[in-house]
Amino acid sequence: MNIHYDARLDGDLPRQDKATVLADLKRSVPDMTLLHREEDLRPFECDGLSAYRALPMLVALPDDLEQVATLLIRCHALGVPVVTRGAGTGLSGGALPLEQGVLLVMSRFDRILEVDPDARTARVQPGVRNLAISEAAAPYGLYYAPDPSSQIACSIGGNVAENAGGVHCLKYGLTVHNVMRVELLTLEGERLVLGSEALDAPGFDLLALINGSEGMLGIVTEITVRLLPKPETAKVLMASFDDVAQAGRAVGDIIAAGIVPGGLEMMDNLAIRAAEDFIHAGYPVEAAAILLCELDGVEDDVDADCEAARRVMEAAGAIEVRQARDEAERALFWAGRKNAFPAVGRMSPDYYCMDGTIPRRALPQVLETIAELSETYGLRVANVFHAGDGNMHPLILFDANREGELERAEALGGQILEACVAAGGSITGEHGVGREKINQMCVQFQSDELTTFHSVKAAFDPKRLLNPGKNIPTLARCAEFGALHVHHGKLPHPDLPRF
Amino acid sequence: MDTSTQTLPDRDATQALGERIRQADAEGTPLRIVGGDTKAFYGRKVQGRSMEVETLSTREHRGITTYDPVELIVSARAGTPLAELEATLAEQGQMLPFEPPHFGAEATLGGMVAAGLSGPRRPWAGAVRDFVLGIRMIDRHGRSLRFGGEVMKNVAGYDLSRLVVGAQGTLGLVAEVSLKVLPRPAARHGLRLPMSREEARQRLAEWGRRPLPISAAAWQDGALNLRLEGGAGSVAATRREFGGDDLEDDYWDTLRELRLPFFDTADPRPLWRLSLPQRARLDIEGLDEDTMLHDWAGAQRWLRSDLDAGTLRDGVTRAGGHATCLTPGAAEPFTPLAPPLAKYHQRLKAELDPHGIFNPGRLYGGL
Repeated sequence: MNIHYDARLDGDLPRQDKATVLADLKRSVPDMTLLHREEDLRPFECDGLSAYRALPMLVALPDDLEQVATLLIRCHALGVPVVTRGAGTGLSGGALPLEQGVLLVMSRFDRILEVDPDARTARVQPGVRNLAISEAAAPYGLYYAPDPSSQIACSIGGNVAENAGGVHCLKYGLTVHNVMRVELLTLEGERLVLGSEALDAPGFDLLALINGSEGMLGIVTEITVRLLPKPETAKVLMASFDDVAQAGRAVGDIIAAGIVPGGLEMMDNLAIRAAEDFIHAGYPVEAAAILLCELDGVEDDVDADCEAARRVMEAAGAIEVRQARDEAERALFWAGRKNAFPAVGRMSPDYYCMDGTIPRRALPQVLETIAELSETYGLRVANVFHAGDGNMHPLILFDANREGELERAEALGGQILEACVAAGGSITGEHGVGREKINQMCVQFQSDELTTFHSVKAAFDPKRLLNPGKNIPTLARCAEFGALHVHHGKLPHPDLPRF
Repeated sequence: MDTSTQTLPDRDATQALGERIRQADAEGTPLRIVGGDTKAFYGRKVQGRSMEVETLSTREHRGITTYDPVELIVSARAGTPLAELEATLAEQGQMLPFEPPHFGAEATLGGMVAAGLSGPRRPWAGAVRDFVLGIRMIDRHGRSLRFGGEVMKNVAGYDLSRLVVGAQGTLGLVAEVSLKVLPRPAARHGLRLPMSREEARQRLAEWGRRPLPISAAAWQDGALNLRLEGGAGSVAATRREFGGDDLEDDYWDTLRELRLPFFDTADPRPLWRLSLPQRARLDIEGLDEDTMLHDWAGAQRWLRSDLDAGTLRDGVTRAGGHATCLTPGAAEPFTPLAPPLAKYHQRLKAELDPHGIFNPGRLYGGL
C-alpha cells in the first residue's frame, strides 16, 4: 500500500508552512530541542516497522511537561498534526511521522518517579523502558508482568498506546490490566487524570479507552503500574509434536484441564530450525511443532501442574515432553522463543511479522490456510504463536531487493489477517493497527462501527490533529479498499463516490 | 424465589430493542434501561430534559450465545440471568473470577456490566472490565455494533467494550457481552485471624509482596478474614503458616451481596462505599475507621455514617480515592468529576447520545 498520508483516502489535513511553524514554536517553547534539518530528522523517519518511512516536518524533544503542553496548544492553534513517539519500537507504524506534522518524542521522560513496595505500584514517566520497571522493582521481590519481546527497549508510554502484550498475557493480562492510573495531556493542553491508585475511579472508564488508543486521543505523560510478587518458581515443559494440528489441540486440552500456564507458546518447524540454528536451545529440529508450557507459582502447585500438563500433552500425541532441568535450561528454552524473530531474520534478507488472533479451536484450520497461502504467494512463512491466547505471529520471509516481493509479502500478510477475521478473530492482538493494518480495519469493522470510533475521536480531538491516518480508517478509505460490508442488503455509505 | 425470568425462553430481541431505540432517538424520549432491576439503588434517578421517561426492558433479550469451555470464553445476551450464567459455568468447573454481586435473584448480565461492580476477589483477579472481551451494543440509530470479540487479545480500534463497563447504560444499550472465564481453583479455605486494623494493614502489605494464594481479605470487628484459593499444595501450606479459626463458608458470598449484619438495612444512616489506595489512611473528623468494614485488603471500605457528603468526599479525595453513596435518594451518589474530566465526559456523551436517550442523569446530571 501507499504508506503516505493521502488526503483523498485519509481525510483533509492542513499543511502549514514549515518556516512559520518553526518560528512560532521557537518563540513559544524557546528551551525545547526542536530538530528541523533533514539530517537531524532522518533518524526519526520510521519506527519498528522500518519498511514504512516518512520524514517529519519537525521533531520536538521536550524535557518537561510545560513544554509538551505549550507545544500541543500551539500545534492545536496553528493546525499542525502531532504524532507521538516513545522508543520507536512499535511494529505497526503507529509512530510513523507525517510530512506535514510534528513528531513529539517522549524519550527524555525516562524517570522512575516512585516504587512503592507496600502498595505494589510504580509511578513512572512514559519514556521509561518496560524492563527498567521490573529491574527497579526486583529488590522488593516484585515485577511488572506484561513483557513484550522488545521489553529491553520499548517504553511504557508506547506500551499504553498499543496496549502491549507479551508471552505471559493469558495469566497476567495485557497492559490495560496492569495500568492503574495515567496522566494525559489533551491536544488543548488540559491535564486529565484517568484511573487512580485505588482500584477504580468515578465516571467512564477512560483509562481502558486510552490503552491501545495509539496516541489519537491524548499524550500520556505519567503512568502508575501495578507490580506483582515474583512467582516462587517457574518451570517449563517443551513438548514436540510431529503434527501441527495435534500441537494446536494440546493447547486447548491443557486449558480444558483447568491449568492456566504462565506462558504457552508454539513454534512450527521453520521457526524451530531458525531458532535452534541461532540460539542452540536444544530444540528438536525434526519436530513439526513444539509447545513451550511454563507453569509458575508456589512450588507444590507447580509440580502438580507440570505433571498434569505432561499427561495432557502426551495424551494429545506429543512424541517427547522435556522439562527444563534447571533455571539455566529454562532460560535457554525461552531464549529460543524470544529470539525467534531475529532468528528468522537470519534466514532471509527481510521478514514481515504479522499479529492476528483467533479462537484457539481454529488454530489447525488457520495454519492450513496459511500453508496454502504461503504456497500460492511463493513466500515462506514461519509461525510463532502465543498459543495460549490464540495470538499468532506468522513471519513472512521475503527479499525487498527482488522486484515485487515486498508487495507480495504485504498481500500475503493481508490475506492471513483476513483469514483470522473469518475464523472469528482479530487483525491485531498486541502490535496495534497503526498505519500498517489500516486497510484490514475495513474487514474487521463495519462502517457503522467505524463511524462510532470517529465519534469517540471527535470527543477528544475534533480537529483530527493527533496521529491522523492511523488506527481508524475513513469510510472513503474502506470504499477504496473494496472491503465493503453490505449490511441488511444496503451499502453502508451510498453517498460516497466510488472509484 | 421469583423464577419468572428463569422461565423466559432464549430469544434474540435485537431488532425490537433497536426499533424502540431508533424511535426514542427520533422523539427524544429518555429511556430507563432495565434488566432485573436489582441495582436501582445504585445511581441517580433517570431524568430526561423534558419528555417523560420510558422503561426499556432487556429481559427478553436473553440466552447464552456461545460457550466453549476450552476457549475460556462465554458470550451471552444482556437479559441473561447472572445466576443462570454462573450455573452453566459451574457445570464445567469454571467461574466469573470477579465475583459480581447480584443484589437479587433477577440480576442480569447487562446490569452487571452497566454497574461494573466486582466482589471480594477483585484485588487479586481483576474487575468486571478486566474480563470483558467484547460487546454488541445498540446505538442511538438502533444499529447493532460489535466491538472487541471472542478472542483473548484484540487491540483493533478503540476499546469501547471496556469503556461501557460501569457507564450505567449512558452510552448505548449493551446487548451482548463476551467474557473471559477461568477454572475454579482446585482448593479453598477460609480463616479468621484476630488482630487490630493496624496489624492487618502491616501484614497485608508484607503478604502482598509474597506469592501467596490469598483471594479475599476483609477486616472487621477486630479480626482479619482471609480466603485462600489455589492449588491444594499452596493452600495447605499457607493454612499451616497462618493458622487461625475456620471462617463460615458463606462469609464471602454474604459480604459480596452486602447481607452481613454490618449492612443491616434497618440502620437509617447512609451506606457509603469508599474506594481507596489499599494502605491509605483517612483523616476525617468524626470518622472512626475501626467501625468500618475494610474489604479488598483495605481498597474498598464500607461505612455507615451521617457525615456530611462534602466532608467525607474531601477527606477521601485527599487520600487518593472516591466515595459512593449506596443509599437511595442521595443527591450525588458518585463523586463529582474534576472540571476538565467532566468536560470530556460531556463531549463523549454528546457524540454517542446527543439526544440524551440512554439512561440520562443516571451517572451524573447532564450525562
